[in-house]
Amino acid sequence: MRSESYPLEQRVFLDWIKPKASVLDLGCGDGELLALLVRERKIKAQGIEIDEQAIYKCVARGLSVFHQDIDNGLSEYADKSFDYVVLNQSFQQVKKPDIVLTEALRVSEKVIISFPNFAHYRARVQLCFKGRTPITSSLPYEWHDTPNLHFLSILDFVQYCKNRNITIKKSYFAGKNRSVKIFPNLFALTGTFLISKK
Amino acid sequence: MLTEGAEGRKAHEVNDMFALDPITKKAVNVTRRSTYPSNFLQQQHSNPELPASLGHVETRSYQFAFPPNELTLESGEKLGPITVAYETYGELNSDRSNAILILHALTGDAHAAGFHKGEDKPGWWDDMIGPGKAFDTRKYFVVCSNILGGCMGTTGPCSVNPKTGKRYGLDFPLITISDMVRVQKHLLDHLGIDRLLSVAGGSMGGMQALEWLASYPDRLKSAIIIATAAKHSAQQIALNEVGRQAIMADPYWKEGNYYAGHLPAKGLAVARMVGHITYMSETSMGEKFGRRLKDNGKEHKFSIDFEVQDYLHSRGNNFVKRFDANSYLYITKAIDSFDVSRGKPLQHAFKGIKAKALVLAFKSDWLYPASQSLEIVRACKLAGIETTYCEIDSTYGHDAFLLEIEEESHLVKHFLQNVSSDPEETSESEVVVYEI
Repeated sequence: MRSESYPLEQRVFLDWIKPKASVLDLGCGDGELLALLVRERKIKAQGIEIDEQAIYKCVARGLSVFHQDIDNGLSEYADKSFDYVVLNQSFQQVKKPDIVLTEALRVSEKVIISFPNFAHYRARVQLCFKGRTPITSSLPYEWHDTPNLHFLSILDFVQYCKNRNITIKKSYFAGKNRSVKIFPNLFALTGTFLISKK
Repeated sequence: MLTEGAEGRKAHEVNDMFALDPITKKAVNVTRRSTYPSNFLQQQHSNPELPASLGHVETRSYQFAFPPNELTLESGEKLGPITVAYETYGELNSDRSNAILILHALTGDAHAAGFHKGEDKPGWWDDMIGPGKAFDTRKYFVVCSNILGGCMGTTGPCSVNPKTGKRYGLDFPLITISDMVRVQKHLLDHLGIDRLLSVAGGSMGGMQALEWLASYPDRLKSAIIIATAAKHSAQQIALNEVGRQAIMADPYWKEGNYYAGHLPAKGLAVARMVGHITYMSETSMGEKFGRRLKDNGKEHKFSIDFEVQDYLHSRGNNFVKRFDANSYLYITKAIDSFDVSRGKPLQHAFKGIKAKALVLAFKSDWLYPASQSLEIVRACKLAGIETTYCEIDSTYGHDAFLLEIEEESHLVKHFLQNVSSDPEETSESEVVVYEI
């Protein structure tokens, strides 16, 4: 099946990940993305997830998954153990993003990272004019009940990569129903990047 | 509604599952409750077809290693003939690819599921094995055998030594987990099973599963490793040592030569009491007994005051009726000396293994804490074994592997489905490399 029939957020992974690759998904949740990649790209999949409930769902999808914290679940892997490491909407939820990303870039040459954009114009409006902590479709949680620990914008991430000598090989920006080509830091709800060490 | 007293008694009975003492299925169902907060599993199994029982089953036996072809043990000593008690459930399919070996814990036996004729208690893992259950006997051929060194039909220290015509006692050679596994391998050869779909076991059963994985990776497609360790810690060895010393301190033990007279019952009962303490968690003991008093009519100043004391005493005393003290010594020693990687880093023992692994631990299990399962998982990662690991939220302590059926069933069922739908991987020897 062609990737066009899938939601934007999943399509980009289908487009970027090569068939039969080995993929480690950090914070794989209920395993929806991994199961899709197994089905459509015949990947060798491994997930890591902290939520017990989600583990049961992953296992029901036939996935191999570790019930572990991704903040310290990578140290056993040898360098370049996987073709891809995926951080799909989990990067902003880890305690130490620096360490997780360094580790991800160690165990795989290619890391695909997708996170909600805190600088989306709707978020800016809510913060700037209403004086409220923003709630958008990609940041749907109340301030007191959010799994997100870090709030970053697309520009923040680009700058972060520059400072750490990380190369952004591909990038993709998604709005509500379409991809965003101009001013992504203003109009994109999520940013997805394929990155590598320089 | 149950009165507090009745609930207390029911709670005792649940733990009897571990002790394999008489228990009605009903009592287990009354007290079992899921510690699982969310409803995913309930949604999954909300209208399950009521799992049927296996009905009547029988223990059979197989003899091998007749002199002069005795089995050479890991210690170098020879043992034979060896009798293995085993049960099978379900049908072996035509290509013999649906066999699962179930591995029991320290005091278990070959009777894993179904009912023996005239008995009203099912086998020790009946909740997991049967038609429609986790180990679905409509799909899989399930085998369970009593371990070498045991006292439930397989050759052990209480068996008669054919050379002397008397029971072995301490003349029985020291055995290891690896010896137990080799005996199982002989049984499978006898049953015509070259390759297992899976091996599965908790506690010492998990150690055997690890040994299978490390020693005979080509003979299995997967391993289910529950609430266990790749090797015992100092604390675990220490706890076993208390049990052994209690047995050996009993004047009736007589260097293991007690079969003609009094049994070392007090010693074995104390060993079992220590065991039971380690099988439960602080929470499960608190919930079950709290500080409730037991009115037994005072015999002396240090008679039983609390329900928990009464419970331990009755567990200990029941155990004596069905278990051999020398077996307890031999088996706990085998557990303590077990180290699946023989002193090397664990991942070396797993190198090149193609089988998949399911590793399960329980949050409140302090006898085999999750950290030990994670050690196994780490080695699996390093060795590139496709592994699923779950730490199940339970308050039952080590007993959880016999009690958290809903969670375990879900994971085992889907894991086995995944393994059995996997196409046979091409082994490297079959890959032809053309050199030009």
